[in-house]
Amino acid sequence: MTPLTALLVRDMRIAVRVGGGAMIGVLFFVVVVTLTPFAVGPDLALLKRIGPAILWLAALLASLLALDRLFASDHEDGSLDLILTGGSPLELVIAAKGLAHWLTTAIPLIVAAPLIGLLLDIEPPAQAGLVLTLLVGTPALTFIGAVGAAIAVTLRRGGMLLAIIVLPLTVPVLIFGVAAANAAVAGPVPFGTPFTVLCALTLASLVIGPFAAAAALRLDIE
Amino acid sequence: MPATAHIEFIVGAYGAGIVVIVALIAWVMFDYRLQRRILAELETTGISRRSARDSAERTVSDGA
Amino acid sequence: MRLSELANPSRFLRTANLAIPWLAGATAIVFAFAIYRAMLAPDDYQQGATVKIMFLHVPSAWLGMLCWGLMTIAALGTLVWRHPLADVAAKAAAPLGAAFTLLCLVTGSLWGRPEWGTYWVWDARLTSELILFLLYLGVIALWRTVEDASRAARAVAILTLVGAIDLPIIKFSVDWWNTLHQGASVFRLGGSTVDPTILIPLLLMAAAFTLLFVTLLLAAMRNEILRRRVRTLRLLQASATG
Repeated sequence: MTPLTALLVRDMRIAVRVGGGAMIGVLFFVVVVTLTPFAVGPDLALLKRIGPAILWLAALLASLLALDRLFASDHEDGSLDLILTGGSPLELVIAAKGLAHWLTTAIPLIVAAPLIGLLLDIEPPAQAGLVLTLLVGTPALTFIGAVGAAIAVTLRRGGMLLAIIVLPLTVPVLIFGVAAANAAVAGPVPFGTPFTVLCALTLASLVIGPFAAAAALRLDIE
Repeated sequence: MPATAHIEFIVGAYGAGIVVIVALIAWVMFDYRLQRRILAELETTGISRRSARDSAERTVSDGA
Repeated sequence: MRLSELANPSRFLRTANLAIPWLAGATAIVFAFAIYRAMLAPDDYQQGATVKIMFLHVPSAWLGMLCWGLMTIAALGTLVWRHPLADVAAKAAAPLGAAFTLLCLVTGSLWGRPEWGTYWVWDARLTSELILFLLYLGVIALWRTVEDASRAARAVAILTLVGAIDLPIIKFSVDWWNTLHQGASVFRLGGSTVDPTILIPLLLMAAAFTLLFVTLLLAAMRNEILRRRVRTLRLLQASATG
């Protein structure tokens, strides 16, 4: 097992363990969606129209919740220093950690999304489009978030600052994710147009994210 | 009304019931076997609980 | 054998080992008979055969609420009377109650689609039942967050007591608000309004579900006691060899 694979497995094991954040992410996702009708009113027609947007917002916030521990918990117990002085390139390390975060946080969310979509009366074609956009868009959320997590790692109580840094950066992903999900149902824009942009955003974040986060970590730690 | 109208929903509901009940039973059974197995493994390494030790008079247990 | 005599975990294990096979057998028999009667029950003149979903939906709703009630008593047992098995019962019961509540939501949803055209509606009863499910998940998450179960017990007990407010809300929601859901027809002042050909199978299914719950609860409590022994032994082992 290569060092990077070992790191990936380790991160995933920690995430699903006690207090690890994997299950909490899905729970938070469900709670946020459940809160919406209390705020917006139980009109099913309205909920159906804003459904994909609600699910995307909830997915974004749930992803954010687990980002805090991406580097911070390793920094606290010293394993981050060990990782930094290890042989693997820091960019690949961040990619591995990001992958672990996505697998343990986003995948349960994507699996839960169709069921939760039923609560908001989302139709099957919209469900399929929604799941696809979440599948493609959530890695972008993870890797953009990794940059914020790296910037905030040395700060105590960095969680709030992390949110403020990361959320504006994720706005393009949110826009095109929701646009694609809505386009799957109705509207003049075909699904492919916003979806392609979403794919491009994710691919860009997969490259830029690790490099930016690595630079931030080097600045922070040294 | 035809007796088998909406049969897929009825089957789905009872199917869900079976899945949930079977899953619960399976979980409880597997957890039981797992804990028993772990306890047996731990006993063979010589560890024993204080109350089990006391009640068995001076049971030999090294390392404890 | 009084409840206080069962407080000793070892004695509880002995009792559970004896009782569980018999309870399991009784559960299977009552289920078989209940399902037989449920299949024989007549179709509703409006709803047709889909009324048979009720034989799953209503008992699972009752059990989901009964389980939280039991957890509430266990919470008092932990906080007030310091009964040693109270938190074991509470921890073992939580996943069971969550499963029954989930089954209630799913069967209700599958019943609602052909009858009222929608899988879900945000009315008072459905929403408060969904909240109950989320409360269960929260309790389960809280149990798992603290490694030492007996320390988590007090926090969970408080959460359980606060969450118990949802139970009367669920029960009386159909009276207090205008809802799509049917009004109370079994447990009401003045007696049930349900025809015996439907009521008998319903009560039989409820009995079967209750027996299933009791059996699973004792078995899960047994597992939890064993799990704590494993933890104790592992800690001993770690301190001996460390």
